[in-house]
Amino acid sequence: MTELAKNTPETIRASLARRHRAETRFRCYGIAAISFGMLAVVVLLADITIKGHGAFRQTYVQLEVHYDPELLDIDDARDPAALLRGNFQAVVRAALRDRLGQVSGRVEHRAQNALVSNGAAYDLRERMRENPDLLGARETLWLAADDDIDTWFKSRGGEAFTGRISDRQMEWMRALEADGDVALRFNADFFTRGDSREPEQAGIGGAIMGSLLTLVVTLALSFPIGVAAAIYLEEFAPQNRWTDFIEVNINNLAAVPSIIFGLLGLAVFINFFEVPRSAPVLGGLVLTLMTLPTIIISSRAAIKAVPPSIREAALGVGASKMQTVLGHVLPLAMPGMLTGAIIGMAQALGETAPLLMIGMVAFIVDVPTGFTEPATVLPVQIFLWADSPERAFVEKTSGAIMVLLTFLIFMNALAVLLRKRLERRW
Amino acid sequence: MKALLRNGICSLGVGAVLSLAGAQALAQSRDYISIVGSSTVYPFVTVVAERFGRSTGATTPKVESTGTGGGMKLFCAGVGTAHPDLTGASRQIKKSEFEQCQTNGVQDVLEVQIGFDGIVLANSVKTKALELTTKDIFLALAKEVPDGDAEKLIANPYTTWKQVNPALPDTRIEVLGPPPTSGTRDAFAELAMEAGCKSFGWIKAIKDADKERFQAICHALREDGHFIEAGENDNLIVQKLDTNPKAVGIFGFSFLEQNSDKVQGSVINGVAPTFDTIADKSYPVSRPLFVYAKKAHVGVVPNIKGFLAELTSDRAWGTEGYLTDKGLIPMPENQRQAVASRVKNLTPMTASDLK
Repeated sequence: MTELAKNTPETIRASLARRHRAETRFRCYGIAAISFGMLAVVVLLADITIKGHGAFRQTYVQLEVHYDPELLDIDDARDPAALLRGNFQAVVRAALRDRLGQVSGRVEHRAQNALVSNGAAYDLRERMRENPDLLGARETLWLAADDDIDTWFKSRGGEAFTGRISDRQMEWMRALEADGDVALRFNADFFTRGDSREPEQAGIGGAIMGSLLTLVVTLALSFPIGVAAAIYLEEFAPQNRWTDFIEVNINNLAAVPSIIFGLLGLAVFINFFEVPRSAPVLGGLVLTLMTLPTIIISSRAAIKAVPPSIREAALGVGASKMQTVLGHVLPLAMPGMLTGAIIGMAQALGETAPLLMIGMVAFIVDVPTGFTEPATVLPVQIFLWADSPERAFVEKTSGAIMVLLTFLIFMNALAVLLRKRLERRW
Repeated sequence: MKALLRNGICSLGVGAVLSLAGAQALAQSRDYISIVGSSTVYPFVTVVAERFGRSTGATTPKVESTGTGGGMKLFCAGVGTAHPDLTGASRQIKKSEFEQCQTNGVQDVLEVQIGFDGIVLANSVKTKALELTTKDIFLALAKEVPDGDAEKLIANPYTTWKQVNPALPDTRIEVLGPPPTSGTRDAFAELAMEAGCKSFGWIKAIKDADKERFQAICHALREDGHFIEAGENDNLIVQKLDTNPKAVGIFGFSFLEQNSDKVQGSVINGVAPTFDTIADKSYPVSRPLFVYAKKAHVGVVPNIKGFLAELTSDRAWGTEGYLTDKGLIPMPENQRQAVASRVKNLTPMTASDLK
């Protein structure tokens, strides 16, 4: 035996401990990296949840409302014009006065009237529109409290926010609470209403609807175009300089900052085609441009993953090229394409920058019902609320973020599930 | 199969063209008011829009927050339903913008001053409120300041408030404020910095001789870390002040009012920023807010007259109006009446109305 061979086990043994330590350290780095990421996610989620959980509940005050025809100044509740003119605010004020007692002086009057949201009057009007027989009747209703009252009532557990509420108002609220006439209840309006400048009346219903309409346009345009482009490039296109050029460009487009697509949308769709500003159809067109590269790239990858033997077998039994693609390759590649499409949609759902340029960052109260009505989307709604001075919008902002995150998690989970369930391994 | 694919591709193309054409047709008519403009005016205009929509049953106007300059650009781009009907501004329309409007066919512009907005310097309630003069503000924040009594400018040497004025606390100067793109920043420079600047007689004398040099001296804020650009989001500044009691922030009065448990306004020239002191103009740092409307759109886009009537009604902009709840400082009674009557008669502004 040579000197070297004899010493090899010795050399190995000597360095073994060091190598083990190096490996342990290396693993520790990995674990540290993951822990850091997880910690960041947990802190973020905890912060949002702590700030935002209040948005799903709202303080309500129970009052007996008397639809006094004289106070309302309505003779016929079936006349829409009379309903519009009707002074429902006076009815709410009278209900508060009856419950809490007459006060003197303007300041006190204002304080008492400010207990209940000014949206309550419009709610009463809606009730009467639906049921004209209410004129002259009395009913006991839970009415939403004003946002300042709501913020105070919710924050009483810790450091109460009393900056915008008077001692007298606190007294009234405590008295109402003692009688069980104040309660925190589920805030359904948060999910059904459009934007509002009164936090207690603001909801994400309009933004969700806007996001939905925008995504429908995006999906309807980007999926067929993306898949058609991918099929052509993978199955039919000749390999030459032109297709190389196209490929480079598609990969480039995927990396372009999204604000550029907004500027493009402004120049092409608004200024040239005169598509109405702020409309979901416009947002959908711009987001289509943005998601197309993602869909094309993932669809091409899915087509590439179909083994050549499938194509050869189909061609072998006499199928034409197109029959092969449509009948065999496409169905097998579909799960991968869908996954790409869903991820593209999730990206589009979270996007604000391209929408800034095309007027979708706007205050819109009415929930949109069509593709050309002005609309806004969820992330934009979050952006707008984050910038609002009213304190109660802080929890609304975080609440809306929670809803957006839920949608995103749902979409991404769906993509993972689809891949797991439908994808075939060869 | 082949026919199917061909049809598919064709219908796709046709669909895309049709949807564009359809959208184009729809762009021709609009049944809602479109408003753009200043992010400072946005909180007030949106409230009026919402109330107007709910009380009349009309479609609620759409309000975009584009900034004063961006709003003017859109507003003055032309007449027709593709262009906005109203724009908000946290300053008066500029001569150049007015001329732009005229060249693009926007001949008759209605000017509606809606009230005032105060700009405050505030710090955390955990410490004492500052008592500043506009001179202190200038000396603490200007890029270049006079060298003692000499008529010479040097790079701002002050690092603590006490160095600026012995009556002030011995804490580091650390001011969070809006970026140059913000209307709040313009107004702050013009109202607070310039006033402090003018307290030096020899700088004031420059104004008549060389207006540009005067502005360069008075409006430039220091860039050595004592003034920090904190972005357009005033809520963020409030949060930072809460965590850093030594810092001072610059933002709109409505944010001070909404966060009175966290921040307090600094007294400037002996006057604290309150509703009343801004309304009677004794508080020095306040600015007028405007809404501009296109006369040519009245009657073409429905409800513009009704919306303007709501905006200029006492229940909106009056001393007890709902806009005051949102932090707008109302104008005096006679000024409100004058503006309201001009709006009612649709009297357009002329070039001579510009400063």
